[in-house]
Amino acid sequence: MNVTKDPSQTRVVVGMSGGVDSSVTAYLLKKQGYDVIGIFMKNWDDTDENGVCTATEDYEDVIKVCNQIGIPYYAVNFEKQYWDKVFTYFLEEYKAGRTPNPDVMCNKEIKFKAFLEHALKLGADYVATGHYARVEVRDGETRMLRGVDQNKDQTYFLNQLSQEQLSKVMFPIGELEKPRVREIAAEAGLATAKKKDSTGICFIGERNFKEFLSQYLPAQPGNMETFDGQVMGKHDGLMYYTIGQRHGLGIGGDGDPWFVLGKDLERNVLLVGQNFYNDKLFSTSLTAVKTSFTTHREMPKKFKATAKFRYRQKDVPVEVEILGEDKWQVTFSEPTRAITPGQSVVLYDGDECLGGATIDEVFKNGEKLTYVG
Amino acid sequence: MKEIYLDHAATSPMHPAVIEKMAETMGVVFGNPSSIHGIGRYARKYLDEARTVIAKSIGAKDREIIFTSGGSEADNLAITGTAHARRAEGRHIITTQIEHHAVLHTCQQLEREGFEVTYLPVNEKGMISLDDLKKALRDDTILVTVMFGNNEVGTLQPIKEIGALLKDHQASFHTDAVQAFGIQKIDVNELQVDLLSVSSHKLNGPKGLGFLYQRDNAKIQPIIFGGEQERKRRAGTENVPAVVGLAEATKIAQDSFEEKQQLFKQFRKTFLDKLDQAGITYHVNGDEVDYLPHVLNISFKGMDVESFLVNLDIAGIAASSGSACTAGSIDPSHVLVAMYGKDADELRNSIRFSFGYGLTLEDIETAAVKTIEIVKRLVK
Repeated sequence: MNVTKDPSQTRVVVGMSGGVDSSVTAYLLKKQGYDVIGIFMKNWDDTDENGVCTATEDYEDVIKVCNQIGIPYYAVNFEKQYWDKVFTYFLEEYKAGRTPNPDVMCNKEIKFKAFLEHALKLGADYVATGHYARVEVRDGETRMLRGVDQNKDQTYFLNQLSQEQLSKVMFPIGELEKPRVREIAAEAGLATAKKKDSTGICFIGERNFKEFLSQYLPAQPGNMETFDGQVMGKHDGLMYYTIGQRHGLGIGGDGDPWFVLGKDLERNVLLVGQNFYNDKLFSTSLTAVKTSFTTHREMPKKFKATAKFRYRQKDVPVEVEILGEDKWQVTFSEPTRAITPGQSVVLYDGDECLGGATIDEVFKNGEKLTYVG
Repeated sequence: MKEIYLDHAATSPMHPAVIEKMAETMGVVFGNPSSIHGIGRYARKYLDEARTVIAKSIGAKDREIIFTSGGSEADNLAITGTAHARRAEGRHIITTQIEHHAVLHTCQQLEREGFEVTYLPVNEKGMISLDDLKKALRDDTILVTVMFGNNEVGTLQPIKEIGALLKDHQASFHTDAVQAFGIQKIDVNELQVDLLSVSSHKLNGPKGLGFLYQRDNAKIQPIIFGGEQERKRRAGTENVPAVVGLAEATKIAQDSFEEKQQLFKQFRKTFLDKLDQAGITYHVNGDEVDYLPHVLNISFKGMDVESFLVNLDIAGIAASSGSACTAGSIDPSHVLVAMYGKDADELRNSIRFSFGYGLTLEDIETAAVKTIEIVKRLVK
């Protein structure tokens, strides 16, 4: 952060979800003397089985917390933007047989775009969210660093943020471990101190994923087969499965558990095989599109970094080669399991998140794995 | 920073004389007006005197006033009460598309109970047509409910003409006068209405109180059951200090109709003149002849209510929009939809400023200047 103004003259608009993380975010900023405004975003129109809009409960918590902290609160509606930019993408990716990452898209298009623009209209100098990440100004630019709590670090989902976006962002709880966040909330007596963390994709929530998706995309059941063409059972629709998945296949019998190894979209066949370390699951490089760097620094054509291919996975040392306008080749230092098209590849230099891209094609020793989607 | 309150149509501050009167009453009156002992009779005296003041203000008899918990309950009692009492005579009800939700949702509930409801459309000014009403009337129509003055855009409906039209029809005539009472002179006999709803907190009285005027021969059934208060029409011990407060507020309003009308029209002109001078592109929603002078609903070209209202609040100006944004859900104003259609820009760029007690011309000028700053900053 490049805060030169006095905090009391610096307006920070906090995106508040009604959860403990964003509650503590607003609380800490207010304590530091900033001119804080809390805003609840409504991105999805949903009612639960009792006809109660699930957002209402969360907004009630936002109201309580904001009154406790002593900051004004408002709500804003981004349902249309969310539908157009995030949900449409989500469905398109599934239709194409890939595994999308709506949280990455939501951060890029909603939280740090539509919401940021809205905040700026309200005279904000910064927006803040309850993400576990850090920003630090060094050598005239804002760098995004992993959250101090390595277990909670959310830079994976923030990989698409640009330098312009990052320069207007604060992540106060990125400096804290999650248990400390809960502690602060409890000490301050915030209404959300003991509230359960939300899980899953925001618009699906706790619901059954299959049931949800089937409301939007027609499911085409088909065969589960081994690479030798042996039929092992039926699948409910290719979109319900992701590479490396073990649960929900329903292949019984003795021996090693079964895993999703790939998809044959043309024949509508789910390719399965045994053994967690099945050779078909391993690859050595990938190409990625929709590339984005968090930094303005000139990146060399080829450089070394570490990478994550999924959230909460250990970093893998890689070599990145910039192939063109919007294409990277990422080569792994060792064969890596279950690289999945549609997911993000996110690059790090130590603690700094350099940016990321969407995994497009996957290769083993230079040969494209056509079966992973 | 002093906040400028331009949301008097939502609720209004209590008048100091009302507060004084209520505090005084609370200090000396605690009895139950239905009790037979002296303490109860003492409370009854306060209640009766207040009732007389209120009844007189609209040309009604004392017994025609039923105190309720507010405007919403008065609307519910008038509509549901009439429907239930007269269901043998017919099952048809006529109302308009621009009523307050206390009326609309009550009508919708009656539809679920088997009643048939006609929702009259309005023109671009928010006015219904008498012809439409005539065409909608049927032999089995038992109730016509048309609001006096609209809370969002201020348009006044032709209540007197409707009253005359219904003179020879069996239907009871109800008007929701919540937004108009205290601003417009109302005489129930001149208007020929059978039922009329009022809310106390809109005219600088206490919250949690309203009343329904019920003409002697208008049949209604109670919707709240219990004791025999309000001549068995509304159970529950009367809130005597609040009723005394409303009587005081009514008196004050009666003495200042002309003055207020003039003042609010001046506020209106000042505000709009400032916008004109600043070259702001806008238009006023509602009728330019028949309107409630304290309601000024403006559509600003190129603006969006969501950020507009927040910016006004940050600048210390309390206003509102028809589209209540609860928990971020966007519910466009049904009034503006009825006036302009569901795709109109007005649904997303209209703000309601409403005037009332305690405002000065200087406040209005300051509010206009701040509004102009915001519009100039946000309109690209």
